[in-house]
Amino acid sequence: MIVAKRKPLNEIAEMVAPYKRVSVIGCRSCVAICLAGGEKEVKMLVSALKVKNKKEGRDQEFEALVVERQCEKEWVKEVEDKVLGSDITLSMACSLGAQTIGDMYPSHVTFPGLNTGIFGVPEEQGVWSEKCVGCGNCIIHTTGGICPISRCAKSMLNGPCGGSANRKCEVNLDTDCAWSAIYDRLKIQNRLELIEKVTPAKDWSTSHAGGRRTYVREDAKLTPHQKKGKEAIQ
Amino acid sequence: MAGRKPKVVGFCCERHGMDAAVLSARSGKEFDASVRLVQVPCTGRVDGMHILKALEDGADCVFVLGCLEKNCYYDTGSIEGRKRVEYVKQMLSEVGVEKERVEMFNSASTNAWMFPEIVSKMVALAKKLGPIGGEKQ
Amino acid sequence: MKAGSNLEKVFESGKFAVTAEIGPPQSANPEPLTHHAKMMKGSADAFNLTDNQTAVVRLSSIASAVIIMREGIEPVIQMTCRDRNRIALQSDLFGAAALGIKNVLCLTGDHQIFGNEKPAKNVFDFDSIVELQVFDQLRREGRQVGGEVVKDPPRTYLGCAENPFATPYEYRVSRLAKKVAAGADFCQTQAIFDMVMFEKFMDEVRSRGLDKKIHILAGVIPMKSAGAARYMKNKVPGMIVPNEIVDRMKNAKDPKEEGIKLCIEQIEHLKTVKGVHGVHIMAVAWEEIVPKIVEMAGLLPRPTFQ
Ligand code: SF4
Ligand code: SF4
Repeated sequence: MIVAKRKPLNEIAEMVAPYKRVSVIGCRSCVAICLAGGEKEVKMLVSALKVKNKKEGRDQEFEALVVERQCEKEWVKEVEDKVLGSDITLSMACSLGAQTIGDMYPSHVTFPGLNTGIFGVPEEQGVWSEKCVGCGNCIIHTTGGICPISRCAKSMLNGPCGGSANRKCEVNLDTDCAWSAIYDRLKIQNRLELIEKVTPAKDWSTSHAGGRRTYVREDAKLTPHQKKGKEAIQ
Repeated sequence: MAGRKPKVVGFCCERHGMDAAVLSARSGKEFDASVRLVQVPCTGRVDGMHILKALEDGADCVFVLGCLEKNCYYDTGSIEGRKRVEYVKQMLSEVGVEKERVEMFNSASTNAWMFPEIVSKMVALAKKLGPIGGEKQ
Repeated sequence: MKAGSNLEKVFESGKFAVTAEIGPPQSANPEPLTHHAKMMKGSADAFNLTDNQTAVVRLSSIASAVIIMREGIEPVIQMTCRDRNRIALQSDLFGAAALGIKNVLCLTGDHQIFGNEKPAKNVFDFDSIVELQVFDQLRREGRQVGGEVVKDPPRTYLGCAENPFATPYEYRVSRLAKKVAAGADFCQTQAIFDMVMFEKFMDEVRSRGLDKKIHILAGVIPMKSAGAARYMKNKVPGMIVPNEIVDRMKNAKDPKEEGIKLCIEQIEHLKTVKGVHGVHIMAVAWEEIVPKIVEMAGLLPRPTFQ
């Protein structure tokens, strides 16, 4: 899932300070699961901002809302009145949610309340770690199911580098060295031959390096006819 | 300051916290403050939101009183409660509000002297810090 | 001859090679380089210029190489993948070759977190092994990684680094083998303090026949103090310094003298290890000691070729 964390409260407060009516919108998907921008976090944020305003004598109105999936227009539509009825929207979804609202209502100002970080998994309660950077051309079938692009600090294709000590990464001694882990995994799978030969240069054009990406499923797209029908219903 | 009594809210667990309160109430100690106790089944049920809401709605200070950590009726409930309190403290310091306004305590039900002490401490603190945002509240 | 560098000639002649490291200054002043070049001239076959080592911004390795070449000594330039994508790497290889630089050491590079520009965005388009492979293809086939045919390809002697003391230990020789397969001609090792472990590494190198395919320069670091020994033991990931060495430095009356003595003993030992074709002396911030060590280790005079 997409893992994010709340921006520092003073940064958020500063962003929204010039506005009178603030709509704060969370999301029930990834960011709720990673405890950053679900219903509860939205409510706590609003409460904390109110406490701050109380202390500083600032008058602001907050509306706490949450939608099912903020990156999809259909769900945002449900709170359109609230968005447009406010002076500013603070999105407590990942930046995809914030940008969806922003793109839907271009003249309305929408700010991010979260710092969107990683494609990650919960390792244990309260701990999330990065396992993919969306390079667009997955190679983990050759690396024992462990992604070196995201999990090695240098995205090496032929690791581990000379800094791997006690199977930890030189960059952060609390983090496992991805390549030591790959070695160990391939060893137990009897597939060490995979890292005996040189892995050549990677084609990064499928990653963000190739520019903004759009994925299309032609078969899922609506035909012009279907589109017309859908519009008629709406 | 005249007229306004400090407002303190305490979330007490129904096992040890509340028992301690009742026990000390029998002793007849009075405070020059508005102290409102909220009984919760376990301090592990106290959510950060509850604490923030109390502050937002006018409490000067909030305390959470649970079982001793090694002797919690629900095993780790009071440890959970402490974590929530710490998180709210963190949020308070981020928005520039004194984090001392929120505190976690642990007590055994049989401990009659501790409860008045906690309340005195929080009332004194509420007096010292005053309402969040000053008198006009 | 692949590049015809002095270093290559020394290796080909079967003589025990000596290289030494020169850290370029953290400024635009060429003076320290000229100074070190003059001082060390004649005490090593080639001098290794680090490329923003530990991600600290320094005078560029290619420019440094040109500066020391003016003093009549041969450079080995380091080229890391941290700061260059494949466009810059290949371009810098052309540039270096055009300037007369014949030895290039391919490195992945230290992460920027260690340096003085921590918020930097890194590149890592390649790692050192891919870099070697691409450079090797360029010099052999005159073909860029993207397929473009190059009319006058660079003639470069290619080096790599390997650390026998990084984990997983049992994989380090395989990794060296990958570097050989990718085209490395010589290899500089991490500083060696644990001789037992290094000998084990070399046993495996020989048993796989790699000593016949690559010239190994064993790395040594002369230490000035017990503090330096402790620092390397505890703070440098992938470095192993046995306790005896730390103790020896700690108990020494004159730690500097002891450091020199120890380094010479290590070189004497390394000379006897089969498959080791030379030493690489990394006297970081103590460059002036290199001529003395080389002399005392009986490695003078350095061979010359027509
Ligand atoms: S190889 Fe690419 S797609 Fe696969 S997990 Fe790594 S970053 Fe993601
Ligand atoms: S120590 Fe391992 S994870 Fe860290 S940069 Fe080196 S190879 Fe990558």
